[in-house]
Amino acid sequence: MALRTLVSRRTLAAGIGFRQQLRGVQTFSLPDLPYDYGALEPAISGDIMQLHHQKHHQTYITNYNKALEQLHDAISKGDAPTVAKLHSAIKFNGGGHINHSIFWNNLSPVSEGGGEPPKGSLGWAIDTNFGSLEALVKKMNAEGAALQGSGWVWLGVDKELKRLVVETTANQDPLVSKGANLVPLLGIDVWEHAYYLQYKNVRPDYLKNIWKVINWKYANDVYENECP
Amino acid sequence: MSWCCCNRLSTSSSLVTSDLWRQFNIPCRLSNVGLRQKRSVSAYYGLKTPPYKLDALEPYMSKRMVEIHWGEHHRGYVESLNKQIEKNDIFYGCTMDELIKLTYNNGNPLPEFSDAAQVWNHDFFWESMQPGGGDIPKLGLLQQIDKDFGSFTIFKDKFIEAALTLFGSGWIWLVLSREEKRLAIIKTSNAVNPLVWNDIPLIGLDLWEHAYYLDYKNDKANYVNVFMNHLVSWDAALGRMARAQAFVNLGEPKIPVA
Repeated sequence: MALRTLVSRRTLAAGIGFRQQLRGVQTFSLPDLPYDYGALEPAISGDIMQLHHQKHHQTYITNYNKALEQLHDAISKGDAPTVAKLHSAIKFNGGGHINHSIFWNNLSPVSEGGGEPPKGSLGWAIDTNFGSLEALVKKMNAEGAALQGSGWVWLGVDKELKRLVVETTANQDPLVSKGANLVPLLGIDVWEHAYYLQYKNVRPDYLKNIWKVINWKYANDVYENECP
Repeated sequence: MSWCCCNRLSTSSSLVTSDLWRQFNIPCRLSNVGLRQKRSVSAYYGLKTPPYKLDALEPYMSKRMVEIHWGEHHRGYVESLNKQIEKNDIFYGCTMDELIKLTYNNGNPLPEFSDAAQVWNHDFFWESMQPGGGDIPKLGLLQQIDKDFGSFTIFKDKFIEAALTLFGSGWIWLVLSREEKRLAIIKTSNAVNPLVWNDIPLIGLDLWEHAYYLDYKNDKANYVNVFMNHLVSWDAALGRMARAQAFVNLGEPKIPVA
């Protein structure tokens, strides 16, 4: 697992996964996790992490690549109706890939600092925007629990206004769909597949426990990069 | 607690349903209005029991999964709906169908909508399956499927494809469209159902992940195929179709000769 960890750190750091050239189309492949599947227990079980990463995330990537190839073909043939039709599959599967890639970085085993409150300027910004970290957690939990169906709850920063925001997105819509200036710092997956094997229908318990393995260091780094 | 009372009553009403089912060999869908009680009872709609034992769909749908899906998720929607109606009784006395159409509010759903629709959807889903289901539709329903889709095989492929290309949580429906006077396959997101467009549903398939995750994990395709091959109740669909034809004339108009 040590080798895997090393490789994964590099791939994740390089951006949203590996890129490969295939028939002139840039395709994507599954980034490794920067920790073992079982490393987030008991907050999130190893079974969930493994299925979530190997099956769900992989399926988004597979279908995203498929859609990109079809798009490439359609464009080269000048087939405008097909180009337009592919929009929804690209948004859904591409969004699934982007969102999950961020999500893996948002989590960290307790032994590696998971759950430790944000240090640095993000901590101050949270106090300024929401009153306290507890108030932010409460707000995100409430919005995540109230989200109908499948989707994500986000902490983002508006890079123009330099202001933190909490948003939800439906299905696999990425945060940027809520505003061109929004940069995701922390995304919590509230699809049922993210918690069902362990928490069943009790989404609020999942939301309560996930904070124990949140990687605030990652969120802080992204924040400081956007708001130096 | 009011809920217990309500649940007991709804169980007995479902016994009536299954008696009728046996008698006519057609799943009779009694009004699913649930229970409206005028006394100081806070439960307005009841949790209907599926028309078979909770282990009756094994091995295609495990007892454990049905127990949680019906006993936790479906019950949760009923309880949450009743809580909302209790706070705001403007909808008091509506049938479930009326409540869904009113709270859909022409596409700007009110807070009660998703619970109301999910209660109805799950009632409809349980009654869209039967032990020993699958196979092919009978009589007029098969003829109508042949007419509107080309063949049952084509219909089945289209239904499965619709399920596999649904984004996020939602439902797949076989409906009789009132407007077009033909059968159609419809995808809906989250809680939305075809009643809001005034279509008449014949079959509903739950594609929220909670509907299959414990048994099938991420393998949605397997779940959908098993539903079509072993679970779907074409008897129920035929009964619904027979009632739907009271509202939709599928044949040539019959003009009486003077």
